Amino acid sequence: MTTSTIIASSAPKVQARTLSPEETHEIDHELTLYPDRRAVGLEALKIVQKHQGWVSDESLVAVAEYLGMSAHELDGVATFFNLIFRQPVGRNVMLFCDSVSCYIMGCERIKDHISARLGIDYGETTADGEFTLLPVPCLGDCDRAPVMLMAGEQYRNLTKEKIDALLTRVQQEQTNK
Amino acid sequence: MTDLPLTKNIDMSRAPFDIGQYRQAQGYDAVLQMFKDMAPSDVLEMVKNSGLKGRGGAGFPTGLKWSFVPSGDDAPKTKYLVVNADEMEPGTFKDRLLLEGDPHLLLEGMLIAAYTIQANTAYIFLRGEYLRAEKLLREAIAQAHEQGLLGKNIQGSGFDLEIILHTSAGRYICGEETALLNALEGKRANPRAKPPFPQVSGLWGKPTIVNNVETLCNLPGILRYGVDWYKALGKGGDAGTKLCGVSGRVNNPGCWELALGTPIRELLEDKAGGMCAGYKLRGFLPGGGSTDFLLPEHLDLTLDYDVIGKAGSRLATGTMIVLDDQTCPVGMVGNLMRFFSHESCGWCTPCRDGLPWIDEIFQRLEKGGGRAEDLQILTDHLEYLGPGRTFCALAPGAMAPLGSALRHFREDFDAHIHSGGCPWRK
Ligand SMILES: Cc1cc2nc3c(=O)[nH]c(=O)nc-3n(C[C@H](O)[C@H](O)[C@H](O)COP(=O)(O)O)c2cc1C
Ligand code: SF4
Ligand code: FES
Repeated sequence: MTTSTIIASSAPKVQARTLSPEETHEIDHELTLYPDRRAVGLEALKIVQKHQGWVSDESLVAVAEYLGMSAHELDGVATFFNLIFRQPVGRNVMLFCDSVSCYIMGCERIKDHISARLGIDYGETTADGEFTLLPVPCLGDCDRAPVMLMAGEQYRNLTKEKIDALLTRVQQEQTNK
Repeated sequence: MTDLPLTKNIDMSRAPFDIGQYRQAQGYDAVLQMFKDMAPSDVLEMVKNSGLKGRGGAGFPTGLKWSFVPSGDDAPKTKYLVVNADEMEPGTFKDRLLLEGDPHLLLEGMLIAAYTIQANTAYIFLRGEYLRAEKLLREAIAQAHEQGLLGKNIQGSGFDLEIILHTSAGRYICGEETALLNALEGKRANPRAKPPFPQVSGLWGKPTIVNNVETLCNLPGILRYGVDWYKALGKGGDAGTKLCGVSGRVNNPGCWELALGTPIRELLEDKAGGMCAGYKLRGFLPGGGSTDFLLPEHLDLTLDYDVIGKAGSRLATGTMIVLDDQTCPVGMVGNLMRFFSHESCGWCTPCRDGLPWIDEIFQRLEKGGGRAEDLQILTDHLEYLGPGRTFCALAPGAMAPLGSALRHFREDFDAHIHSGGCPWRK
């Protein structure tokens, strides 16, 4: 799920990107909430990801410098968490629950349908950059399985028809833009 | 008085109560009364006497846990309360109901807990995917501030409390309380060695209490209506009510607040409406993915920590996962093993290496490459990854459904080996 980009000491040194004023403003707010700068690492990565879509090496180094910690240490945190993306992802990340209640309720068939329709498996992004499909542990909606979280919206009691309607809508919205 | 203290305000078809509506329904009264009449030691005594046990899975008595926090003049000035809202156990969907259904109930419970241990800072460690809960909690915290129920010198009590919302980014191990503390400190979320226990040396080395969302939501009721009322809510050996859920092929899956001591049958048949037409019950995990299978013969047991414990499983999160007769038990357990293998934090060898091995065996069983000796290897892992052999409880938790499935559904494992793959898929 998470891809570890190890910044090996032999690799060319990555130049930090300049954090945007919005990014530093939000990170500064988080810094007021914790007694220790490095405690803000994950929040800072989430802030960067919110603005940039993912966490590039350049962003990682920038955040590490800002918080006064080593890039290796921060990458250790970044790669620990399923939802910090160290590779570019699509505009719509589909977090598809593959846990037990959804399994019982037939999520594998729904997943196969998504894969067939979009031509992507777990961990992949469509060529047009629209969708990334990722498995996610139990989304806490097991009484309405199968379940998926996409672009901040939880979709429940999934059927192939619901998936078709949803994907068509998102794709149409994109063409109309 | 109410017999549904956790859910009395909850109606998921509308927005949760804002602070005005919550106070209209006597919300925060218990806290105001507490500031007036009770010393922290009085609250501690009351919570101890109530018999409240932790609802995060382990069922540890809450008052006893709090009593390990140093108090008095020599105690460290800085202490922390941390709410474990990292709900991620497969098949568990109960804390979400409280977080989205009545956020002020949690804040009120936090005020009580923080006052008791004299913590002036509290963190809510919220699962990153719980976006609606995040929004609702932010609003509730802001409202409580506006009304002087958070901040400095709350309601003239001399007690200060700030509540800070931390959103995580998806990793099951963060729910383990010492891994959670590492995550909050900005480190990789590997669990810590115990002792020292967090009550003495937790977040940034300071005395810290970690409690589950549902545990804390029990406190306002206890303070308001008293210990006798709380104990009388339970129908059996345990006090209070519990959120209980059912998922799987039942007619009306959902989550309800039930008196502890309610028969499991009542949950499955009356609340969840029984099995869907054409499906029969084969077994169930009573409290999420880390519990042992129980069988139809166990339906008349009651929802009590000890009763379920004696039957060889755990009430744990109270959210039951139903295995029907048309779902492959090997596939279901394989799904759980895949989860635990992914979510192993990699810190200790038995879990880091054992779970992927188990996962690989399940994949082979599924596809037809299963060998007779595989079942022995699986059985051996029950010991290698059992209690006391690993650094934290994730691995022993994973062994619970595996061991019980090998006992109860052995013929299904054999069938996978003899018929060259999953017979349910053919
Ligand atoms: C792997 C693992 C995951 C856990 N996940 C959670 C969780 O998501 N929420 C929770 O409240 N407790 C979880 N726990 C239990 C906590 O470690 C801890 O016992 C609990 O938060 C204590 O609160 P309580 O006494 O109020 O139950 C988990 C334990 C383990 C070993
Ligand atoms: S048992 Fe697993 S999750 Fe727990 S510390 Fe060991 S490797 Fe990590
Ligand atoms: S198992 Fe899919 S939402 Fe819980």
